[in-house]
Amino acid sequence: MKRKHKRLTFVVIALGLLGVAAALILNAFEENIVFFYSPTEIKAKQLKPDQRLRLGGLVEEGSMEKATDGVVFFRVTDTANVIKVRYKGILPDLFREGQGVIAEGHLKGNEFVADEVLAKHDENYMPPEVADAIKKSGQWKDPKEAAQ
Amino acid sequence: MSAELGHFTLVLALFVAVVQATLPLVGAERRFAPWVALARPTAFCQFVLVAISFGCLTHLHIISDFTVLNVVQNSHTAKPMLYKISGVWGNHEGSLLLWVFILALFGAAVALFGANLPPAFRARVLSVQAMIAVGFYLFILLTSNPFERVFQPPINGKDLNPLLQDPGLAFHPPMLYLGYVGFSIAFSFAIAALIEGRVDAAWARWVRPWTLAAWMFLTGGIALGSWWAYYELGWGGWWFWDPVENASFMPWLAGTALLHSAVVVEKRDTLKGWTVLLAIIAFSMSLLGTFLVRSGVLTSVHAFATDPERGVFILALLIIVIGGSLTLFAWRGPQLKSGGLFQPISREGALLFNNLGMTVACAAVLLGTLYPLFLDAIGGSKVSVGAPFFNAVFIPLMIPMIIAMAIGPYLHWKRGDVIPALSRLKTVFLLSLVAGAATWAAESDGPFMGVVGIALAFWLGGSTLSEVGGRIHLLRASPAENFRRLRRIPRASWGMTLGHLGLAFAIAGMTGAGAWKVESIQTLKPGEAVNVGGYDYTFDGAKTGRGPNYNMVIGNFTVRKDGKFIVKLEAEKRTYPVRSMPTTEAAIHTMLSGDLYAVIGDPEGEDGAFVTRLYFNPLVVWMWIGAIVMVLGGALSVTDVRHRVGIPHRRRRTAANANPANA
Repeated sequence: MKRKHKRLTFVVIALGLLGVAAALILNAFEENIVFFYSPTEIKAKQLKPDQRLRLGGLVEEGSMEKATDGVVFFRVTDTANVIKVRYKGILPDLFREGQGVIAEGHLKGNEFVADEVLAKHDENYMPPEVADAIKKSGQWKDPKEAAQ
Repeated sequence: MSAELGHFTLVLALFVAVVQATLPLVGAERRFAPWVALARPTAFCQFVLVAISFGCLTHLHIISDFTVLNVVQNSHTAKPMLYKISGVWGNHEGSLLLWVFILALFGAAVALFGANLPPAFRARVLSVQAMIAVGFYLFILLTSNPFERVFQPPINGKDLNPLLQDPGLAFHPPMLYLGYVGFSIAFSFAIAALIEGRVDAAWARWVRPWTLAAWMFLTGGIALGSWWAYYELGWGGWWFWDPVENASFMPWLAGTALLHSAVVVEKRDTLKGWTVLLAIIAFSMSLLGTFLVRSGVLTSVHAFATDPERGVFILALLIIVIGGSLTLFAWRGPQLKSGGLFQPISREGALLFNNLGMTVACAAVLLGTLYPLFLDAIGGSKVSVGAPFFNAVFIPLMIPMIIAMAIGPYLHWKRGDVIPALSRLKTVFLLSLVAGAATWAAESDGPFMGVVGIALAFWLGGSTLSEVGGRIHLLRASPAENFRRLRRIPRASWGMTLGHLGLAFAIAGMTGAGAWKVESIQTLKPGEAVNVGGYDYTFDGAKTGRGPNYNMVIGNFTVRKDGKFIVKLEAEKRTYPVRSMPTTEAAIHTMLSGDLYAVIGDPEGEDGAFVTRLYFNPLVVWMWIGAIVMVLGGALSVTDVRHRVGIPHRRRRTAANANPANA
């Protein structure tokens, strides 16, 4: 094989690999992307009941209740609308009422059944999505000012 | 005083770096020897200045000087000494100071160990290194000064985030940074080579040990971070495909590719442009990682105190470095003439295949990580791209890689033949089939990927060991002869063997923990028992205790298998009063077959019942063993004498007659 042919072989292999990767990525994007919604958006949208999504907002003060066998209920608010969340498991260490939270799961009637709850490792950290959701509802306060 | 001294030496370091970034470069271009000679002393001087600055910040943290904002926000008098020291880099400002400290350390190391580099080339390398440093000094001094004072100092500090008060995470950032920043050396070498317009075997020999060292630290750093997440976050998981994790994984993928392609440049004098490009990509990924972690643009579970305004600065830095280096590559890259020819089926071909796979995987991870950002920027929906996406893309890409990885070392340079290589792997192939079948028989209701994973681990591990067996004429010669040959295997070859073997172990560990993890969440009263993965956990109740700067609840479990006592586990839930923040300390009993893992949650009711989370994580320990073996392989390879002695000297070139622009 001449140099040109060899180079061509490698280019073909490389393009093939890229093609496979692109196909895998497109396929995975279609199935595995999880959309992020605030409670207001969830109320406004007609969502399929089994669609996986992320719900973000603040944990409403005084909304946490414990049921039996590790099941916890709490409400997530973007200060305009509220959604009740059901979660079985141990909440992350930094889960607090009044703090930002992201729950991943699906809607079941009016309840959001979460199989994953994310709170951050850092108490001063607000997930950008949550901050945006609260800003949209017009209730945003700068956490630095609010803390003082 | 320490704060002012630290600040002052940092400003001085900036000026020294400016000199180092300009004069030696101009001197090398104009063939002006005195300016070329400036490169080494300025590199040493920069290092000493930054070391003093870093020492000052460490001193401030150790003596708990609460007139300094950084100490107030991250320290407390009750904190144990280890975490007073690790608190230096457990925050944004301090971690950046650590970054430039390591950058200067590597620069000084090149100046020290690069005695056999042609002076003009060394001057260019050190200049490029100093340019990066200038960017980071400006960043620290303008946006993130760790030496800022507080007027009206408080009585005590706000303490370090308790999650970071952990031995695993105390050493994770320095290790990771040694890796990230280590790629800056490969980058500087690549840029210097582009300026000179030449890359040869000698270049590859200089670059390889630095790349190896960086790769080794990065591997260790990622493993430490993963290990920390595993036992500290209490989710029983070790990798979440979180943006911050991806940020460290992308340079690893690019760096692994670079490591392999540099071998081809050294041995066969080809793939030069590609190798230079990989060096640029590897460091660009490191910078991108810093940006992602420090800017807070992406939602990450691991984000610690991020600041978007600083992100803009790093973004600008990122654009200048990546844009500039790629432009230079586009301009000068085509001049790099390739040497040796090779057939697609050959050692070079296999290494190139590795490169393609690694870079494609890196691109896929990059796309998945940045996609939410991109979609948000163009005003689309807010999405998250999580583990299901990465698993669906990354795993299928890796399977052919690993299959080929086992065959590669059996192929000859230049022109290989796949049939004899495969015939030598017959036994290994059968062995991996048997391993897969046995796995299937044992875990017939588990996912099929588990079977594939175990078979691949055996395939890769078996072929790696069998390759060593072939080298030492195992079973074909006397044991004495075997041993003699074993001792003559160069360390760089051990590097490959251990690197591949470590990966085989790690694959087994990842497969086990991914495919057959057993999780059980329930409320247990004292005396109650539950069976998880064949082990009976009896909850013996909880008691309270005190640590140096925290209070804790300790949940006691007794684990039995088939009535036989295995171990007592003590899972802690700590509360740090200063930040009133709880942390979870999972109780883990490690066995080669899997980890027994227990976490205690909140109390429930009045009768001493607690929410508990129990796991059986099969084979996890093999992941950590694999990482250790890989790091060991890197260490052996770095110390190979061939990297130091007998380095082929370039045709005699001095600063005076080097005129690369016309070469």
